[in-house]
Parts: sequence; structure tokens; C-alpha cells
Amino acid sequence: MKLGFSAADEDFRRECADWLNGQMAGEFKDIKGITTLTEKAERRKEWEQQLAAHKWSCIGWPEAWGGRNATLAQQVIFAEEYARAGVPGRVNHIGIELAGPTLLAFGTEEQQKRFLPGIAAGQTIFCQGFSEPNAGSDLASVRTKARLEGGEWVVNGQKIWTSLAHISDWIFVVTRSEEGSKGPKGLTFLMMEIDQPGIEIRPIKQINGDAEFNETFFTDARCPADSLIGAVGDGWRVAMGLLAFERGVSTLGQQMGFRNELDEVIAAAKANGAANDPLIRQRIAKAEIGLRLMRYGALRMLSQTDHSKIDGAALTYKIQWASWRRSLGELAMDVLGQAGEVADRDHYEWDVLPNLFLYSRADTIYGGTNQIQRNLIAERGLGMPREPRGDV
Amino acid sequence: MEFTFTDEQLMIAETAKAFFSENATSERTRKAMAADGVDHALWDSFCTELGLAGIGLPEAAGGAGLGMVEFAIIAEAAGAQVSALPLLGLATVAQAIAAGGSDAQQAEHLPNLISGATIAAFAEGQGLSHAAGKVSGTAQFVPHGAVAGLFLLAQGDAAWLVKADAPGLAVKAHVTMDQTRPFATLHLDGVTAEPLANPVAAIAAARAGGWIALSAEALGGAQAALDRTVAYAKERVQFGRAIGSFQAYKHRLADMMVEIEQARSAVYWAACAADEGSDEAALALHAAKSFAADTYFKCAADMIQLHGGIGFTWEHDAHLFFKRARAIQSMLGNGAWHREEVAKMILGEAA
Repeated sequence: MKLGFSAADEDFRRECADWLNGQMAGEFKDIKGITTLTEKAERRKEWEQQLAAHKWSCIGWPEAWGGRNATLAQQVIFAEEYARAGVPGRVNHIGIELAGPTLLAFGTEEQQKRFLPGIAAGQTIFCQGFSEPNAGSDLASVRTKARLEGGEWVVNGQKIWTSLAHISDWIFVVTRSEEGSKGPKGLTFLMMEIDQPGIEIRPIKQINGDAEFNETFFTDARCPADSLIGAVGDGWRVAMGLLAFERGVSTLGQQMGFRNELDEVIAAAKANGAANDPLIRQRIAKAEIGLRLMRYGALRMLSQTDHSKIDGAALTYKIQWASWRRSLGELAMDVLGQAGEVADRDHYEWDVLPNLFLYSRADTIYGGTNQIQRNLIAERGLGMPREPRGDV
Repeated sequence: MEFTFTDEQLMIAETAKAFFSENATSERTRKAMAADGVDHALWDSFCTELGLAGIGLPEAAGGAGLGMVEFAIIAEAAGAQVSALPLLGLATVAQAIAAGGSDAQQAEHLPNLISGATIAAFAEGQGLSHAAGKVSGTAQFVPHGAVAGLFLLAQGDAAWLVKADAPGLAVKAHVTMDQTRPFATLHLDGVTAEPLANPVAAIAAARAGGWIALSAEALGGAQAALDRTVAYAKERVQFGRAIGSFQAYKHRLADMMVEIEQARSAVYWAACAADEGSDEAALALHAAKSFAADTYFKCAADMIQLHGGIGFTWEHDAHLFFKRARAIQSMLGNGAWHREEVAKMILGEAA
């Protein structure tokens, strides 16, 4: 058992840091430090292309698809240095972290050739069409319909919470392709081009005033018959495989962002004297401890070599970080006091800490609510019997 | 990334787990609880047959080498059975002597501690006075104090070894809530006390050893509380269903697991940081002690609640976990104290 990385890995870390810091001090200085998903989207597409040109876009992918075949440790290190250098999040993170790995796992060679280079090069931006107004936690009850007609899939229905749809080129959609089917059966996973008359995108304004999410309406939207990933009716397996990619290496990079947020709370507490309040001191210490434990939990998860065993650290990670960040938002407001409730501008937009307070309410909802996480932990991790289901 | 057990560490874990679950049975522990709080036969086979007492101590002093990670593995397994053993005394006093004792002190005491011939206890005193090689005053809440043959007393930057049979020492045993680790009060009246050669190093090692021992014990106890409650949740049927199928129940189990997984990261982070002499070691030790102790208490308390009436009975083992957890929370600095130490590292002293 060791805490750190190997000397070779630390060399790789320096290489990553040097390149990223150079970029953020030079050509891409104007996007350094952006924390929202959507700000300066066009410049950030150029940044995606810059990453690809230097083979830093998808380092874990095979070299044939623009990757470096990087080891898990190298991917973790890159994610950490990426966040440490103040580089904004990837506008194509759904393409890189979800669509790409799904294509690598389930796509045909022809599909891989068609999509992967564009995803890696930041030219094909993806968004995710899973949730629907009546299929949230119960994802298997999706109703968006797809039927084959004249060599094309014709899609009708509605998706919701589609992050970044308004700047995306493609959407992957879980559709019900078998009339009358229920639950996870009869679903098909389709890749669709967004720029077409049958797809309409409407932004959803969130509690922080921002609009990263959208509703996406499909009215006789179309895609070629070979746009499906996996077989007809096999969409649930593909979708579940994809959700498994949502964990993993990006978590340590994400934690660098949490570090920055906690440091802001600490700086605010020192500045306004809240750091002298014993109760605030206890909560800041708890937050610090929680963040460190997140790091070592992630390292345990990533050090795991026997993947046949259910890994407790992996299973509990989502609820852990989401709950931690939501508590940090509450702590931030207690540190700021009423000053945190007044915006320093003439429109409804928030600085990092008040925004953290508002935005973090989403963390314990998206990607599986805390309640769903507890079901998963109890059922998969502890072998508890499943909750009896109602009629689907 | 190798933040996971090596094959050798996995083997130690298996050996320790098998040893404690076979031998540290509820029946034997309860016998010890009714007597002096130590299962002496178990301690003897732990030290002599298995040779586990030397783990984490230098080979030159008769120890088994290895480090605090391996020691934590042992303490976790012992904690899972709430074993009535003087492991905390070993973790504190032997570590202190190894780190801050003179060659003569090491040669005199370590072999007896490792063989189990001497049971040791550590206490931080307040208001002890020291003159001409003699210590006077009182030390309270000395764990297993009534059975210990050797005491390490610390106050400020001073540390002394005191033998239990030294003239002028009176030991008062107390009825203690956690009967697996009863407290004693030491009254010292001009007792011969041997100063440690390097008291600062000795005290630091005693604390670090104690924090790792307690937090690893807490981790083992918390996991056992969860495991036993999970087993009950599967077999107990109400309203025609296993009670573990109710969300109100299974979500509490899930919350226990979420805390335990973090406690596991904390304990092995701290042990590993201590072994590696990492800059993070002090922060990690405070994190581990406070987090693991709180996790244990939550899990043991939930164990009682989730067992219903049977969990409140003397006959069921839930109260052993619950009482051990409560005692660990207060030992060697409570949670608020450890968190304030962390706060000082981040925020500086409060104005």
C-alpha cells in the first residue's frame, strides 16, 4: 500500500502541467478559470481542437483514434493537472467521456471510424438524451418512440435535462422501438444529428438563473437506419454500459475543482472573521477531511485490480461527493452571511460561492439521486432485497 | 497507484480475521468483561503463537518489522470482534519506547511487551509533579489500568515509565461502561519514574500509535455492526417481507456503508502516511481518529435501532459495539478536538 504515484508518473505529471500551464498563459489565456459549462462556448471548441492537435484530448483512447493509450494512472494525473491549471471543463465532455467509450465498447468499426476522430478533435460535440418528463429515476420507462420507415428511423417524443444540447452537433437517444414494450425491453440506442427540422431545443432556466439544461422535442425527427449502437431492442444494455463510464478517472480532476471551492470558502472565512467562530472552524475542518477522504477513496477505487468484486469505494462515491458539495454550499452561505444573498451586479447572476450554494442542489439529483444511490448501495453492495415494483 | 493492500497485507488480514473470529467469541469476551476486562489466554496466543504483537515494531527490538498499515489491519480485525485485549496499551507504549526510549529502555521493556508478558497502559496526566526521579499526583481514565504492569505517563513535554509494583502507586479500578476496556485511576505519591530518553518523540509516537489503533478498531467495529445488521435484515420478516426490503431500513444501511468506506480510506491513509513519513501524516491522523470514531458510533447506534427490541438486550452483542464506540470517541482527544487541530492547520489559531 502506497500513497503516491511512481517516479515515471510524476515525470508525466510535469509534462502535462508544463503544456497546460503554457497554453493557459499563452494562446488560450482568455478562457482560463471559467467554471460554468457554457461560457465562451465557441472559444472552447477551439480549445478542444488544440487539445486534439497535441494528442491531449482523449489520452486513454487507442492511438488509432487520436489517443495515447495512456494508463489509468496517467489519465488520473492528466485530469488532476488539467483542473489544477485552471483550464475550463471540456465542452465536449459528454462526447469524450460517454459517447466515445460507448462507441469503443459497442460500436461497429465503421461507426468508430465515422465518429471517434471528430469527437477527439472537438468537431463533433455530443449531448445525452436519456431522461424524459416521466422517466427520471425510472429511466427504463422512456416513451420517446422510434420506428423504421423507408430506411430511416423516425423519432417522436421528448427528452429533458439535456445538458449542452444548444451547442451540440449530435445527440444520443434512448428510444422505445418496439410498440407496446415495457421497461428495459424494446429500447434502441440511436445517434442523431441535431440540426434538423424535427428537433427543437428549448432551454430550461435553473434556480441559479443559468440555463445549462434543455428540453429537446422530437417531431418526426430522422436518422439513417444504421444510426443505432448495438442491436435493435438492445438499447438498455448500451445505455447501462454508458452510465458505467460516468465514474472513474474524471473524479480526481473534479476534486481539484472542489479544492478550489473549499479554498474560496476558507479565504472568505479568513477575510470576514468567520474563521474565528468555533462552529465554523469545525465545519471547515469537516469539509477538509471529507475532501481528503474523497481523494483517497478515489485512489482506492482506481487502485482496485480485481474488477470482479463489487468495490465499496466506487459504489458509494457519487452520494459522497454530491452530499459533500451540497454541504459545502451551505457552509459557504453561513460563512458569507447575508452578504452572500446580494449579487454584486445588476442582473441575476452569482459569484462562485453563492452559485455553489444554488447549483449544488442539483448534485444530489442528477446522475442518480441520493435516494437512488442508497437503493443501489443497499441492493448491490449489501445484497438487500429489491423494493417491490409497481405496474410499469 | 497502489493504494490497496499488497498480497502480504491481504494474507495478514486473513490470518488476523480468522484468528479473532474463531477465538474472540462473544462468550469469551463476556467472561473477560465480568473479570478484569482482558481475555488473558487470547492475549497470550495473540502474542506468542501468532507473534502479531511485534508488528509495527523494529526487528532489532524483537519486533516483526512491517509498519502501521499492518498494525491497523490487525487492530481492525480485533475491533470487529470487540475483543477484550490490551492492544491500545501496546500500540501506545511500545511505539513510544521504540521511538523515544534509550537502548537500555528498549532492551528492558520491548521484549516483554511483544511477548505479552507485560501489559502496558498510556495516560496523559494533568497536575503531576516531578522531583528527583519521583512523580506524584493523579492520572485518570487509564485504559486497562488495573491489569497493566507498566505505565507510560505523559505531561506536557515530559514522559516517564512507571512500574505497577512501584512503591507509592495505588491503582483504583472503576466499573466502566465499556467493560472490555475498563478504566483505572492511578494515585502516585513519590513513585519512582524513569524519564524517556526522548520524551517528545515518545509522546508523539504514543499518540500516533493510539490514534491508529483506535481508528482501525473503530473501522472494524463499524463494519461488523453493519455486517451483522445486514444479516438480520435478510432473515427478519415483518409485514410479509424481509425488513431489509423496506427503503426506510435499507437506506440507513446504505448510509452506514457510505460512512464506513470513508472511514476505511481515512484509517489506511493515516497509517500509510505515518509509515511513509508523509507531510500529510498529522492531518491524516486527526482525520482518521475523528472520522472513524464518529462512524463507529453512528453504526453501532444504528445497529441497536435496526435490531429493534432484541438490540437493547444484554444478551445481544449490539451493546458491546455501542459502548466500545462511545469510549473510542472520547479517548485520546474527542472529535471536536481533532477537528480543531485540523482547523488550526488550515485557518491558523482563532483570534
